[in-house]
Amino acid sequence: MATLFQGVGAVTPFSASSSLDSNKLLLPSRKSLSISDSRGSIFVYRSDALNLKAATRKQDLLIPNAVATKGETSTSAKSGHELLLFEALREGLEEEMERDPRVCVMGEDVGHYGGSYKVTKGLAEKYGDLRVLDTPIAENSFTGMGIGAAMTGLRPIVEGMNMGFLLLAFNQISNNCGMLHYTSGGQFTIPIVIRGPGGVGRQLGAEHSQRLESYFQSIPGIQMVACSTPYNAKGLMKAAIRSENPVILFEHVLLYNLKERIPDEEYVLSLEEAEMVRPGEHVTILTYSRMRYHVMQAAKTLVNKGYDPEVIDIRSLKPFDLYTIGCSVKKTHRVLIVEECMRTGGIGASLTAAITENFHDYLDAPIVCLSSQDVPTPYAGTLEEWTVVQPAQIVSAVEQLCQ
Amino acid sequence: MSLSATKFVHPITTPPSTRSSDKPLFSTFFGSNHTKLRFNKPIVAAQRRSSSAASTSSPVVAVSDVVKEKKLKSASNLLITKEEGLVLYEDMILGRFFEDMCAQMYYRGKMFGFVHLYNGQEAVSTGFIKFLKKEDYVVSTYRDHVHALSKGVPAREVMSELFGKATGCCRGQGGSMHMFSKQFNLLGGFAFIGEGIPVATGAAFSSKYRREVLKEPGADEVTLAFFGDGTCNNGQFYECLNMAALWKLPIVFVVENNLWAIGMSHLRATSDPQIWKKGPAFGMPGIHVDGMDVLKVREVAKEAIERARRGEGPTLVECETYRFRGHSLADPDELRDPAEKAHYAGRDPITALKKYLFDNKLASEQELKAIDKKIEELLDDAVEFADESPLPPRSQLLENVFADPKGFGIGPDGKYRCEDPKFTQGTAHV
Repeated sequence: MATLFQGVGAVTPFSASSSLDSNKLLLPSRKSLSISDSRGSIFVYRSDALNLKAATRKQDLLIPNAVATKGETSTSAKSGHELLLFEALREGLEEEMERDPRVCVMGEDVGHYGGSYKVTKGLAEKYGDLRVLDTPIAENSFTGMGIGAAMTGLRPIVEGMNMGFLLLAFNQISNNCGMLHYTSGGQFTIPIVIRGPGGVGRQLGAEHSQRLESYFQSIPGIQMVACSTPYNAKGLMKAAIRSENPVILFEHVLLYNLKERIPDEEYVLSLEEAEMVRPGEHVTILTYSRMRYHVMQAAKTLVNKGYDPEVIDIRSLKPFDLYTIGCSVKKTHRVLIVEECMRTGGIGASLTAAITENFHDYLDAPIVCLSSQDVPTPYAGTLEEWTVVQPAQIVSAVEQLCQ
Repeated sequence: MSLSATKFVHPITTPPSTRSSDKPLFSTFFGSNHTKLRFNKPIVAAQRRSSSAASTSSPVVAVSDVVKEKKLKSASNLLITKEEGLVLYEDMILGRFFEDMCAQMYYRGKMFGFVHLYNGQEAVSTGFIKFLKKEDYVVSTYRDHVHALSKGVPAREVMSELFGKATGCCRGQGGSMHMFSKQFNLLGGFAFIGEGIPVATGAAFSSKYRREVLKEPGADEVTLAFFGDGTCNNGQFYECLNMAALWKLPIVFVVENNLWAIGMSHLRATSDPQIWKKGPAFGMPGIHVDGMDVLKVREVAKEAIERARRGEGPTLVECETYRFRGHSLADPDELRDPAEKAHYAGRDPITALKKYLFDNKLASEQELKAIDKKIEELLDDAVEFADESPLPPRSQLLENVFADPKGFGIGPDGKYRCEDPKFTQGTAHV
């Protein structure tokens, strides 16, 4: 995955040879960044109070801290430990299972097999076959079972081996998961987490490359979050498990091997907040999941060309964090949405509507939304590449937007 | 029409009789033959000798083993005591009168939408639910009023819910098809058929989890899942039979086979209409019982529930029953043959229980009439309560969408939307 962006103290591609000393977060050396910014502004990866003071640009509004640990970065110098995204998910899951004995996992091959993406590896040996339940291949029914268990006191995590399989569970997710709290007049809560990998992978074929966030977004009563880094994966996993609401956690097949240093201390992120990835002035780029990396790669090119994009990983697909997004729009007046969802009825479509509704006066140009083509993902590598948004398209979209 | 369909005759040719438990309805449809269940082998229908009027032995199902008849209660040879009898009678009368009152109220415009009445099927609800503890779970379908009442939800709350008032058991947000009660462990009330079965399986899983993982002493709650014949052709049913048998979950699957799914006859929709046979295919006992006879249902229920409580796993019970009214109040019920309806009207479970109580000197006419009156007054009170209850205010609109209202997200002003004062008024834009 050569497209990963080498940043400061944040996501480190697994093939990285440069060791970034995160003590130098405030003033990163240009060598490690491999970006030359002619205007001399500092390139920071995470916004927090310390960095903003050091930044040379003026801010109208303090960009809200979108991560739970205020005033700290996601990593500190010698503490923290490095791991891959799927390990981060597992760590979060294990910590929650340790903390609360009612937390259990159910899904296909989560137990003895350890999960098809190894997220639950080792858990069945530790917690037993009932707490990490290997289910038969009956998505609708075991999701419904998870809902029934949640109503009666447990806190289940239902894993879809691939998010696409959860289409079979749509009945239960829509009718029961989202609605039962309401139709029971608030009597029953459904603290369930439904998670799994989705998105376009490497030639997995149409049915294994689906993006279900667009299908689920209209269901009232559920929350949807998408993780993109080991840090936010662990934090969102924990937050989702602790939440009393039903939460759908979208992971991406291609992001499971991302490596990052995350804190040793326990942390939980907010399910409703977006993450400021790169503050900027010229254009707001809203993205989530894997497209974050395409955007950051495009950002490299854009910075070279003299643009200053602000990149926000929206993380919360439902509901949208309109504050972070709004502050950004009010600053840059231009919005580009980059998503992997389909064009029609996707997250981008909803986001466009939400921004237009709330911040129309602040926009200098129409919102541009780059989504995947409305095409069943083809098997052929070339065709697959063209269905998904590529960094070059992002660069030209920004150039056009900023004219 | 398939070949096998010609065996099953529409309409019924057997003449109606009062307690025709011995006359099978269709040539190969085995009416009320049962016996003491033998759970060692995953099977079947068997014979039971009813202790009341002598009944001729019915043709034995040519299925598998012959099951021995056993003597039931040693001492009195009666199936129930007087107290039990009166409890059963009162519960069935409550169900019957309540549903009749619903129909009245519907036609007077007090309730709307789809209302599915349970008249005729009371024996199943009473027979099963009266064996449960308060902590046991019941999951039902859209025909759930009587399940709610049998489980203990006050008639006032059910009536209010039907009227759509804020004092309903679900604050008026559920309606006829979504009755829930945390207090009485009624897990719904589902509009799509089959939808509740996985939820019931989940509740049973929860019970097993509490016993085996959390090691809670006395965690032996049993779940009953009620559903109809139409549901037995649905995937969720089979998937849950598999999982329940696989993990030996404490659940009883109760099929209320009233032979009709709106206008679709069970026989026209099902390749093998004997639903009880599907239990053994998954490794659990399948029982067929006369669902118009509360005492027979009770016998079967007792064993199935105790089996589940002991941790021996699920049971599939098919109750042959009938709904006297249409599928819902919107159904003109023109498709079913009047002769069939008359046949089952003659097997009214309430009449049957009354006869049993009188014949065995367990209750007098006056006592039963007193119960009737008591229920009538209860229902009048329920209707009055529902009438006078307030409608839900606007502020209630958004309250229960999320258990944690932070789920509505962060608004443009940086505050959570649920902190917006308009949110509590129900006028916030979320």
